[in-house]
Amino acid sequence: MKLSTFGAVFMAPTIAFAETDPADWDAIAQTANGQTVYWNAWGGSTSTNAFIEWVGQRVAEDYGVTLEHVKLSDTADAVSRVLSEKQTGQDTGGAIDMIWINGSNFAAMKDADLLFGPFATDLPNWAYVDIDGKTVETDFTVPTEGYESPWAMAQVVFMYDTADMEPVGSMQELLDWAVAHPGRFTYPQPPDFLGTTFLKQALVDLIDDPAVLAQPVTEELYDEVTLPLWTWLEALTPNLWRGGEIYPQTGPAQLQLIADNAVDLAISFSPGEASTAIANSQLPDTVRTFVLDKGTIGNASFVAIPYNSDATEGAMVVANFLLSPEAQIRAQDPNVLGYGTVLDMAKLSDEDAEAFGALDLGVATLSPAELGTVQDEPHPSWMTRIAEDWQDRFGVR
Amino acid sequence: MMRAVVIVALIGPVIAGLIGVALPAIGYFPAIGRVDWGLEAFRDVIAWQGFGPAARLSVFTGLAATALSIIVSFFLLAALTGNGQKRLRLYLGPMLALPHAAVGFAIVFLIDPTGIVSRLIAQLVGWSRPPDVAIIGDPWGLSLILGLVVKEIPFLLFMALAALPPLAAFQRIKACKALGYGQMAAWIYAVAIPLYRAIRMPVFLVLAYSMTVVDMAIILGPTTPPTLSVQIVKWMASPDLNVRMVAAAGAIVQLLLVLAVFAIWLLIETVAKQLILRSAKMGYRIPRLGAASLRVGRFVRYFPVLFVCFLGILLLWSFAGFWSFPNLMPDGLTTRVWDQEAGGLTSALSNAAVIGICVAGVSTLCAIAVLESGKRVAPYLLFVPLIVPQVAFLLGLQVFMIHIGVRSGMAAVMFVHFVFVMPYVLLTLQGAYDGYDRRYDRVAAALGRSYWVILWRVRLPILIAPIISAFAVGFAVSVAQYLPTLLIGGGRVATITTDAVALASGGDRRVIASYALLQAIAAVGPLLIAAVLPYALWRNRKGLRHA
Repeated sequence: MKLSTFGAVFMAPTIAFAETDPADWDAIAQTANGQTVYWNAWGGSTSTNAFIEWVGQRVAEDYGVTLEHVKLSDTADAVSRVLSEKQTGQDTGGAIDMIWINGSNFAAMKDADLLFGPFATDLPNWAYVDIDGKTVETDFTVPTEGYESPWAMAQVVFMYDTADMEPVGSMQELLDWAVAHPGRFTYPQPPDFLGTTFLKQALVDLIDDPAVLAQPVTEELYDEVTLPLWTWLEALTPNLWRGGEIYPQTGPAQLQLIADNAVDLAISFSPGEASTAIANSQLPDTVRTFVLDKGTIGNASFVAIPYNSDATEGAMVVANFLLSPEAQIRAQDPNVLGYGTVLDMAKLSDEDAEAFGALDLGVATLSPAELGTVQDEPHPSWMTRIAEDWQDRFGVR
Repeated sequence: MMRAVVIVALIGPVIAGLIGVALPAIGYFPAIGRVDWGLEAFRDVIAWQGFGPAARLSVFTGLAATALSIIVSFFLLAALTGNGQKRLRLYLGPMLALPHAAVGFAIVFLIDPTGIVSRLIAQLVGWSRPPDVAIIGDPWGLSLILGLVVKEIPFLLFMALAALPPLAAFQRIKACKALGYGQMAAWIYAVAIPLYRAIRMPVFLVLAYSMTVVDMAIILGPTTPPTLSVQIVKWMASPDLNVRMVAAAGAIVQLLLVLAVFAIWLLIETVAKQLILRSAKMGYRIPRLGAASLRVGRFVRYFPVLFVCFLGILLLWSFAGFWSFPNLMPDGLTTRVWDQEAGGLTSALSNAAVIGICVAGVSTLCAIAVLESGKRVAPYLLFVPLIVPQVAFLLGLQVFMIHIGVRSGMAAVMFVHFVFVMPYVLLTLQGAYDGYDRRYDRVAAALGRSYWVILWRVRLPILIAPIISAFAVGFAVSVAQYLPTLLIGGGRVATITTDAVALASGGDRRVIASYALLQAIAAVGPLLIAAVLPYALWRNRKGLRHA
């Protein structure tokens, strides 16, 4: 009968209802005053941490909201926290008020009804968002439906050391180069998000028609569509750094490998990362970036609010501030973050648009024109299958 | 009474946590709409291609690291004279205080193909690129074993030194020597077995810990596949919530694996004991070992060198500007990282200190109260919180604590730290109490002294070294806790350790180095005091100084 007690714990009611009307902004700003918002965000980058600290100062000044940055090493930690709160029926007063999130973490939370909303389109600064030009209303092809609010754009670029190599234009050329220069390239080990991004990028570049990836994966299609990827990886892996026996565990770990002259090429999901890293003496100043001829994958970073937060108003105020031209200009400054903006220049005041134009993006950062075509993220189900398969084929030796 | 409270405080959370983990493992996970009882999750664990190698790796690193640590520790102890022991006591604090993660990073900075050693070679032979060989993350887990051994030897020595005084080792050795045995043989025959008995529980802890360690295995261990415990953490972190059930099953498998290795270890213990006893009965004097042990004994002198190397490389990286291979020094020095991080460091450090002092203090008092009652907590009970893979039992516990209405915060974090700290404190003290010579009490009682006077004037002063050791160990254990602080604190209680691990995922060696350094400093203070304080307290108790 002990078991049945626990059964009751796990079965506790899980229905949440929002008392906040996201559309009534004045009421929200008023309620937000005095609230403390615990923002769970990846804490692995000092520049991101410094930016979040600045956001905290600004929302405290303007709205009386106290922002606490909970530094995560993995966003999934926050997902499991909300999940266990839901398991135990803690439907109010949850520990997390806001999460920096995207991709499969978002899909999982949305699927399990762990999110507050919709709220994003009701934020006053939503008016500035580049809805048509940037993928801010779908997250890895999953419609956001207002359950998360964008705050930065990311696009795959490759960082390379000009002292050692020339840019390559496609994944096929990358393979040729790696075969000619064994041991001088590697990528983060999936399921690290940048590692799986590399696999997706390779797949998108290797197949003729990436449009098929927008639909959820099906058994009939999977083997046929992904065959070129596996053939390509079979050829690449023996030529990787450490012969593919060891992989860097995170994206930033690659920076150290370039600095140590162990590898010459690395993938990044932030066009400004190389410039920022050069400024921070993490990379040699001979590093530049390039994109592939057919373009590279891009997506947005979002913030979402758990369904059981007690500071939803405060979190919405922070989400709104992140969309302000002031915050976006600061985020795009390579000396601060170097993240791409989600705003539409045409919707901004002349003054703000000029301020964006005046930013010096840094030595290694490509201009928006040079960044070229942004390719869509495949549906998350592709990534899950590919990451699993990679694990079986290359994750165990 | 006290014992019952402590046992409930230690075992209760584990049982709650285990139920919270066992239910998803056998298919009951209603939060994501899964109520399909069965062993499917276990089949998934075993079907994972890396299961065999990962399990083998866990077993091998656990056994190898433990055996090596004991052999080296005992050689060191055997070779030490009274002065050597005093010196060792001084050196141990800092070595012990270094958190596993900090040691792991320092080892990477030293012996990786891009590390200092490789740079020195490169200067001599003219490499422009680091050699493309796997030293860190080798498939046999050798560098992981090295890292564990570097950390576990000081731990075992520390426990042994705390347990030695009541064993009257020097008198025993003197007696043996009078019979014509060498230092080494005398130590092995007269001290090794009773000493091993006194530190047996710490040995099993080392074994369980080496098998289930996560942070050091991430830093130094192989990745294709990783050790089983690292893989469980990875499953736990999967955004696909269904995979949590596999993680839960993996945690149960890990637990069974630890128990199986314990059985193997019991066998090893028996064989080793029989060998020693047989050799003793034959009067074998072990001539060759004598000379070898003296050489090993000198190694103690290099402890500070090792310590300075570890801290030095962390210090250097934390101030480094751009630093390419194969340069021996960075291009420049900068305080950038320290400036950037200064704000967060203060609160992180003070949080860690407040939690550590409260938890270690309460644990030490509880331990004394339990031991004074004359009762003993069965070692296997103490064990429970330490052998259950932390990540699994904590997730179950998190569910449970939220359910009974315990809110995240300092108090909850302190409570869960207590679960991990108390066993170490009690284990440290229990050995010393067991070895305590009760005849002192009887003499004092015969002189008409009451229980309290005997406790205050006789027992506690004699046991003050292990008591202070116990507090310091407790503090260090508390400071180093990562998952308990993160999960039970709901992420709202940031300590130097949670911040350090979060930043470690960013891979900037300067940031890693600065946090690892401060993490070490946070733990080093109390341990230094623990090593030095008894000598100050024993100013007027000459007899104890040589104990």
